[in-house]
Amino acid sequence: MVGKGQALNRLSSPDELEGIRKSIIKQRDPNKPCITICGGTGCLALRGESVIAAFKQKIKRQGVETKVDVRITGCPGFCERGPLVVIKPQNIFYQRIRVEDVPEIISETVLRDNIIDRLLYTDPNTGQKVIYEHEVSFYKKQKRLIIGNNELIDPTIIDDYLAVGGYAALSKVLFRMSPEEVIEEVKKSSLRGRGGGGFPTGIKWETCRKARGDIKYLICNCDEGDPGAFMDRSLMEGNPHSVLEGMIIGAYAIGCHEGYIYVRNEYPLAVKNAGIAIRQAEEYGLLGKDILGSGFDFSIRISRGGGAFVCGESSALMASLEGKPGEARAKYVHTVERGLWDKPTNLNNVETWANVPLIINQGADWYTKIGTPNSKGTKIFSLVGKVNNTGLVEVPMGITLREVIFDIGGGIPGGKEFKAVQTGGPSGGVIPESLLDLPVDFDELTKAGSMMGSGGMIVMDENNCMVDIAKYFLTFLEEESCGKCVPCREGVKRMREILTDITEGRGKDGDIELLERLSAVIIDSSLCALGGTAPNPVLTTIGYFRDEYEAHIRDKRCPAGVCKALISYHIVDEKCPGCRLCEKACPTRAITFVEKRKPVILDQEKCIKCGICYDVCNLDAITVK
Amino acid sequence: MGAKQLAEKVESILDNYQRDQGMLVSILQDIQAEYNYLPKEALVEVSQTLGAPLSRVYSVATFFKAFSLEPRGRYLINVCLGTACHVRGAVRILETIERELDIRPGKTTQDLKFTLETVNCVGCCALGPVVIIDGEYHGQMKTDKVKVLLENYT
Ligand SMILES: Cc1cc2nc3c(=O)[nH]c(=O)nc-3n(C[C@H](O)[C@H](O)[C@H](O)COP(=O)(O)O)c2cc1C
Ligand code: FES
Repeated sequence: MVGKGQALNRLSSPDELEGIRKSIIKQRDPNKPCITICGGTGCLALRGESVIAAFKQKIKRQGVETKVDVRITGCPGFCERGPLVVIKPQNIFYQRIRVEDVPEIISETVLRDNIIDRLLYTDPNTGQKVIYEHEVSFYKKQKRLIIGNNELIDPTIIDDYLAVGGYAALSKVLFRMSPEEVIEEVKKSSLRGRGGGGFPTGIKWETCRKARGDIKYLICNCDEGDPGAFMDRSLMEGNPHSVLEGMIIGAYAIGCHEGYIYVRNEYPLAVKNAGIAIRQAEEYGLLGKDILGSGFDFSIRISRGGGAFVCGESSALMASLEGKPGEARAKYVHTVERGLWDKPTNLNNVETWANVPLIINQGADWYTKIGTPNSKGTKIFSLVGKVNNTGLVEVPMGITLREVIFDIGGGIPGGKEFKAVQTGGPSGGVIPESLLDLPVDFDELTKAGSMMGSGGMIVMDENNCMVDIAKYFLTFLEEESCGKCVPCREGVKRMREILTDITEGRGKDGDIELLERLSAVIIDSSLCALGGTAPNPVLTTIGYFRDEYEAHIRDKRCPAGVCKALISYHIVDEKCPGCRLCEKACPTRAITFVEKRKPVILDQEKCIKCGICYDVCNLDAITVK
Repeated sequence: MGAKQLAEKVESILDNYQRDQGMLVSILQDIQAEYNYLPKEALVEVSQTLGAPLSRVYSVATFFKAFSLEPRGRYLINVCLGTACHVRGAVRILETIERELDIRPGKTTQDLKFTLETVNCVGCCALGPVVIIDGEYHGQMKTDKVKVLLENYT
């Protein structure tokens, strides 16, 4: 109904909000079959768009529009298995759907209640087919308080959000709580920032509220610079109103009237859906002037980042919002006192904002029952890399890494050995097998030398080289350093050079100690946390995998078979039937065919170690040494 | 492209942002979306209309990775080198593309068909390694699939 003239839709009291909510719910029949299809970036990348189009077209053509609804939802998280389709109300879970499957799903499952076996998910550990979504092991141990609504709503339709109780927290805050009471409740909930630092949100709000200034700004950080993490994207894409609601509540508590969403330009769908959500909320009078007739004004604008990691850092982000290059500034000036345009500014992460309506609705007492003493609530992780079930997982704080990786993630693919899990992005570190029973919370991960970070959880197996990973992060940070302070600009570069030498066979005795010394200096003297945490990937890999560094330096050997200068490819004669797949694929003709049922021959002189032969061989007849 | 057309286009983009200096990054993004890169004349136009020094417009245009000051090819190839893609072998995918097209990242093929770039995560980490060509995402890439993939773009 949005879009049919503003005056009609504008809600000007809590009663009107509840009235429209009731009428939306009344119009919906909970027993009517509904095909929900994931419209998130992951599923769209797997040709989800054509699946969506096929459903719409087939339903129209068969004239069954009155019998079944179609809903394009946000990302439920199980990207590995996309495109995902769930048939409600039973919650039948179909995965890896192709256009060809669509007619059958409609005629068999929707109209006749028959399950199509081949579209079901097979549990990698039990080998059993699973019919219902809630029985899939990937979802079972999760606690989906924040991301759970993604799959219930179409993010481009505000009525969907209202139907699941949306904006009730805002209404409660505006009419039944004073700003101080809101801050008190958030403080009591012990909510800590989900953007990486884990700073207590209520205290930040309070400081900003008390900061002197007539104008104050509020910002949502959706820069999500951690490469390998995508939970903020999924929330912004899949349930933007929950973020807006959190922001409006925060604005009321702090006393802000202007807000920004700073979002990475690499996230076009998030930009689009956030824009639609803002427009719809404005039309309903939930954003803009005189929100819900309360007299409180707050508006939100979207600003797109330009793909710089440092712009996720608060002061650099604000510089970028002012139209300047994203350079950080020293920490002694706090942005809550002097931030954007030198005004008090409150910055929180997307997921932090999305927690706020939940806390207001359920109360701090309920919220603090979830989690560990110092970390309350849930955290969404992006579980990726060498793990069977990749995707987004939301778990209560305090769950162990082992449960996340093996119970939810289903373990390591291809029968390989688990080696390490990397958390905290470029500022974090790797955690080895021996610490897998660590409970996941802010303090425990920091104690292990890593950090919670924004929620990347990258699993690595025996084929990942720890020196290469350290070099990877330092290369990333070298490029992303804004260049303003010397320790970070020069120090990170030198560390990366030493790591490059080690991976290319030029490592020498004393390199490890030199890396450790450089790390100490960079940590102590960098201007912002980018430099201050940059050595973490190096220090943790040295700490837990020193022998791997030594193998590179002393024996000129890469045990994981990754570092090109130190490896060579070989044919396993017993396994090679001379099928010629690799011979045809080799770009430098380094492989010679002898005759059928005889192993091929690999010429080391011609081999450029591109690894294509290794990839095309289905018989494990090529090894890396 | 005519100088007048360019000026008009840039003006209309600037108007979309109420000529707000704070929106400089977004403005440059829209210009880049229009022309595939940031033409010099456009930067001059932006600087004059916003009343911001050209040096500042230039420093923003060169600070962010997403901007290019050189014309780019018909198809933009973006290889994700984010962590999740890296641990699943993104570097080898990139090397294979480099070899197929005979260009380094940041460069354009001589026939102006492809520009090769890298990106740090596009948020499809679960599907890594990811390659994006002309806005289309290709997940779970393998080195031996690269050649066929590139041949699809003519
Ligand atoms: C180099 C660097 C990059 C950062 N990137 C992000 C980011 O992408 N997203 C984010 O929310 N916070 C990021 N942060 C943390 C922010 O500076 C800030 O602490 C956070 O957005 C505050 O929100 P929170 O208290 O809700 O976590 C980054 C910090 C540093 C030092
Ligand atoms: S790391 Fe490649 S998409 Fe995220």
